[in-house]
Amino acid sequence: MSEQIPFVEYLHLAPTPHLVAHQCTSCGARFFDRRNACASCFGTSFADADIATEGFVRSFTIVSFAAPGIPVPFVSAIVECDGTSVRGNLTNVSPDPEHVSLGMRVRLTTYVIGSDEAGTEAVNFAFEPIS
Amino acid sequence: MSSGDVWILGINMTKFGKHTDKDTVDLAAQAAMAALADGGVTMADMGVLAAGCLMGGGGIAQMIQKQIGQTGIPAYNVSNACATGATALRVAYMSIKSGECDFGLAVGVEKLSGVGLLSGGSRKDDGKTWNRAGRYGAVASTDGRIGTDTMPGVFAQVGMEYAHKYGGADFKLFAQISEKNHAHSTLNPLAAYQKRFTLDEIMNDMMIAYPNTRAMCSANCDGGAAAVLVSDEKLKTLSLEQQRRAVKISASVLTSDPYEEACQVLPDVNTLTRRAAAQAYAKAGIGPEDLDLVELHDCFATAELVHYDNLGLCKPGEAADFFKSGATWRDGSTPVNVSGGLESKGHPIAATGIANIWEVCHHLRGEAGDRQIQGAKVGLAHVIGLGSACGIHILEKSGL
Repeated sequence: MSEQIPFVEYLHLAPTPHLVAHQCTSCGARFFDRRNACASCFGTSFADADIATEGFVRSFTIVSFAAPGIPVPFVSAIVECDGTSVRGNLTNVSPDPEHVSLGMRVRLTTYVIGSDEAGTEAVNFAFEPIS
Repeated sequence: MSSGDVWILGINMTKFGKHTDKDTVDLAAQAAMAALADGGVTMADMGVLAAGCLMGGGGIAQMIQKQIGQTGIPAYNVSNACATGATALRVAYMSIKSGECDFGLAVGVEKLSGVGLLSGGSRKDDGKTWNRAGRYGAVASTDGRIGTDTMPGVFAQVGMEYAHKYGGADFKLFAQISEKNHAHSTLNPLAAYQKRFTLDEIMNDMMIAYPNTRAMCSANCDGGAAAVLVSDEKLKTLSLEQQRRAVKISASVLTSDPYEEACQVLPDVNTLTRRAAAQAYAKAGIGPEDLDLVELHDCFATAELVHYDNLGLCKPGEAADFFKSGATWRDGSTPVNVSGGLESKGHPIAATGIANIWEVCHHLRGEAGDRQIQGAKVGLAHVIGLGSACGIHILEKSGL
């Protein structure tokens, strides 16, 4: 099996795919990128926090015009995972307003976005409806 | 005894649209000279210049000076996303307020015709092996792969989030907001587009990012806008006609994002607007019910709805009902975007924050012609620059 790497550093593939945030140890604010100090309380100590892999769609849009190489239409969503807002695409759902709805329950899933010349596969995350 | 107030003495916007024969310096110079003439002053009077051109590189302020008059005054180059124009105006305002000078000139200009879709952090896929880059250590551009950076998509989510929170807003309602602004634009000869669309035409137009169709997106175009500001003390020495046409800046407010939980994944255009509005009303000593007209940042139809609520024009959560009541049409209780808004007047980014102040001034001076809001005495101009920055100015007609 070819080697797999996560598409972004905050996606962890093992033991099961999940997102990891940097959580401020003082106030609990969570960030997917690195911060010198907490944007909320200015604390400087952070610890890794696993993000819930299920949530609901708080907002979405169905994008018909995107950068070259991005298949359209696709659904971009803001998913609230147990109090933490996550941005991601929806997958395994027809990208139209009849099938995507505000408040729908979704869970994290992963897919291979492509391989490089060394054969390494990059794995990205998305959210799919919980049927 | 001076009140310490700052006034708009002269103001101008160019026709928005396609200016193939003019570059950004030409458009900026045209607006600046017209604003100076409108105020009855010259570059020799100006004590400060603040100017912005977001997409045009740096040094626009000095380029304007070389084009219309170099006097050695402090020149500030301002960049604050879509709030650039409002920020430039506020720089001139603060210089006068501080007592450093009596007159200031603020200019915003942009050439955007034919630019196409605007997005945030796209980067090219590069190299033959995966290579991590950026704040998230991504191996390729995240735009389109982890949500969207495109502006129509980001602001679609802003509107849909409101729809989810409060209900009552759907594709049709967002399209109706666009229908209003396009209808308003037919009375504005300086708008990039002056075409009235039916609701069906708007809803069946090309979908860009649901629920925003093309007609519901701000129009990329070329344009410039400029304003001359003056201290209260100096204004008293000018002619009665200049004093009569001067418009008082009752509040000039700029805010940025306070931390909110979700702001790292979806720009929060609400909290900073609510704070700016609260500060502006307090400074001006008025409330939203006193406003005769509002120009707000309808970069997309989905954005206009949330700002009804953010600016306190309606009760919290009731923006959809407020719109359905007809309040924001030009014959309603709180006319919003009688210029046609960014969706039809156009959105040459750095010019927008001065152009919407021009629109309000035009009505307060009673010079808005066919689209005049009769008896307008107080107005509010609002812009949002994503990232974010919010500029709000409350303007009042001279008592003379």
